[in-house]
Amino acid sequence: MHLPALPVLLPFFAAILILYPWFNKRLHLQRLVAQFALLMLVAVSMLTLFKTLADGPIGYAMGDWEAPFGIYLLADPLAAFMLVVTSVLALCTHLYACGGEDKTGRFFHPLFMFQLMGLNGAFLTADAFNLFVFFEILLIASYSLLIHGGGRERTRAAQHYVLYNLIGSAFFLIALALLYRAFGTLNIPDMALRAPELPEESVPLAQAGGLLLMVVFGVKAALLPLHFWLPRTYSTTSVPVAALFAVMTKVGVYSLWRIHSVVFGHDSGELSDLGVVPLSWLSGLTVLAGAIGALASQTLRWLIANLIIISVGTLLMTVAMGTTQSVAAGLYYTLHSTLMSGAFFLVAGLILMQRGQAEDRFVRSRPLLYPIFTGVLFAVTAMAMIGLPPFSGFLGKVFILQAAIDSGDAIWVWPIVLISGLAALIALSRAGTTLFWRTQGSVVPEAKEKLSNVHLVAAGLLVATTLVLVIGAGPLTEWSLRAAQDLHTGVTLNYLNGGQP
Amino acid sequence: MELIFAVTVGVMVTCSVFLMLRGHTFAVVIGLTLMSYAVNLFLFASGGLALHKPAILADGAEYSDPLPQALVLTAIVIGFAMTAFALILAIRARADLGNDQVDGRALPGDSLANKESQGKMRQNPVSSTAKNTGGKTR
Repeated sequence: MHLPALPVLLPFFAAILILYPWFNKRLHLQRLVAQFALLMLVAVSMLTLFKTLADGPIGYAMGDWEAPFGIYLLADPLAAFMLVVTSVLALCTHLYACGGEDKTGRFFHPLFMFQLMGLNGAFLTADAFNLFVFFEILLIASYSLLIHGGGRERTRAAQHYVLYNLIGSAFFLIALALLYRAFGTLNIPDMALRAPELPEESVPLAQAGGLLLMVVFGVKAALLPLHFWLPRTYSTTSVPVAALFAVMTKVGVYSLWRIHSVVFGHDSGELSDLGVVPLSWLSGLTVLAGAIGALASQTLRWLIANLIIISVGTLLMTVAMGTTQSVAAGLYYTLHSTLMSGAFFLVAGLILMQRGQAEDRFVRSRPLLYPIFTGVLFAVTAMAMIGLPPFSGFLGKVFILQAAIDSGDAIWVWPIVLISGLAALIALSRAGTTLFWRTQGSVVPEAKEKLSNVHLVAAGLLVATTLVLVIGAGPLTEWSLRAAQDLHTGVTLNYLNGGQP
Repeated sequence: MELIFAVTVGVMVTCSVFLMLRGHTFAVVIGLTLMSYAVNLFLFASGGLALHKPAILADGAEYSDPLPQALVLTAIVIGFAMTAFALILAIRARADLGNDQVDGRALPGDSLANKESQGKMRQNPVSSTAKNTGGKTR
């Protein structure tokens, strides 16, 4: 069964196909091929999710080389959940980009596909070095997507982002070298197996490597002292790209789950709970920094970027808690916050196209062309992001708060989560009243030609996923608990090679 | 040998960190290149340093660990691609922003910056250089 390889190969072949010169002048065909590939991707991801939930994790040996020599892909429910959320987000943001954003530069569609290939590969791989390779694939695609369309602000943001991530990659390699020296393997299940019985002289090396890896994932996830690149990057890039980037920070959180919860988890002998104390401090401070940033934001996109920092900080708190329940709660919150941050960027795109020169700045400006439709979308996403009932953010936060009680971390998690919710509420109420009610003059005349129906449909679809998350909350939480349990029991090498667990 | 190796890597990392903290993109890119060399050497050493051993399997002999060599090869290729990208981006930024500072703000008296871009950075969102190079501002 080749199912686990498909989420990597599908976007890869789609990208190669679109790169053929014949497609250069045929933009509508590029869009069709990419949309078709994305629909297939959603189907494949769903199938993977249901199959892993029914039959347990699926290992896939690339080229049929068995570990420890070969590289494994491992599709477990956690990875499958991330695949589903990424493909749904990608489908909607790509549809939005088909409304005209893909015309502002060349190669939008192949880059988008390569980005997905990197993301899916990072979710699926069971090898730490392979994780590095997929990180680089998703990064180089994201560098190019970031400056897609050009412009001074974008070039400036991209320069910071690229240089910063290159240094991050160098750190990643140093960490991998340390870990390879300490463990003698880079296969994650194998590392988890060897962690409790690591010889005494290797322990400091493994600790250094593990902590360095935490820094690297902190760069990706925007952990407190490493998060300053995020607001400028996300608020200057084009709207669909920013929406897709909503999943990029989650890759860092996912890698922390995948490596730190398993290899440096509770029962890893001397390596147990490596770096959990600094992580819990920093994650809490990240949330507060995001809350302050949200209150100080001058544009809607900058505000959303700060809300992403809040949600990432909240997720990192679940990593720091380190129990099965907290990972399950974090997973549900990941589904919600990825889809809703993406949706919020698309809604911001709708708003800034209707406001002409004022774009998404919080200033008095002309009224919107479609105030009711845009307003409903804004209200729903804002309420979901803040965590007000009845939308998915509320459920996600409740699960996190419950998990905090069970793990005994309620004393610091509760105030931080609730204060950040209050800050988001204040910031978003101010944003909404300014954008929708403080108006003067007539509607911007160009709004009609800029804003196509495709934009409206794409944004509406992505916002509607919050309803799916709420209605399906019962099975979804059950499945995320299964995913967390599967992550914590882990998979043995023997199982990957086709034997019994 | 371990000492020489460790000192080499250490000196290279020190130099690269110094260069990466400079304001000009050129120095930063050189620093990144040096950093990737140092990291590659470090990665290579992760298999353990051994003298007079066959690189891959040989009959009966102890052999050095081949996996780090494979890892280094991958890391070199990726590092090249990334450095090339950073260089192109730096050139693009020089054209778009009118100077080669990492922050995109020219310092007073910077001989490499375009004269008109100095002091104009904050007020004027579209500089003449951005227009000339086809840069598009939204």
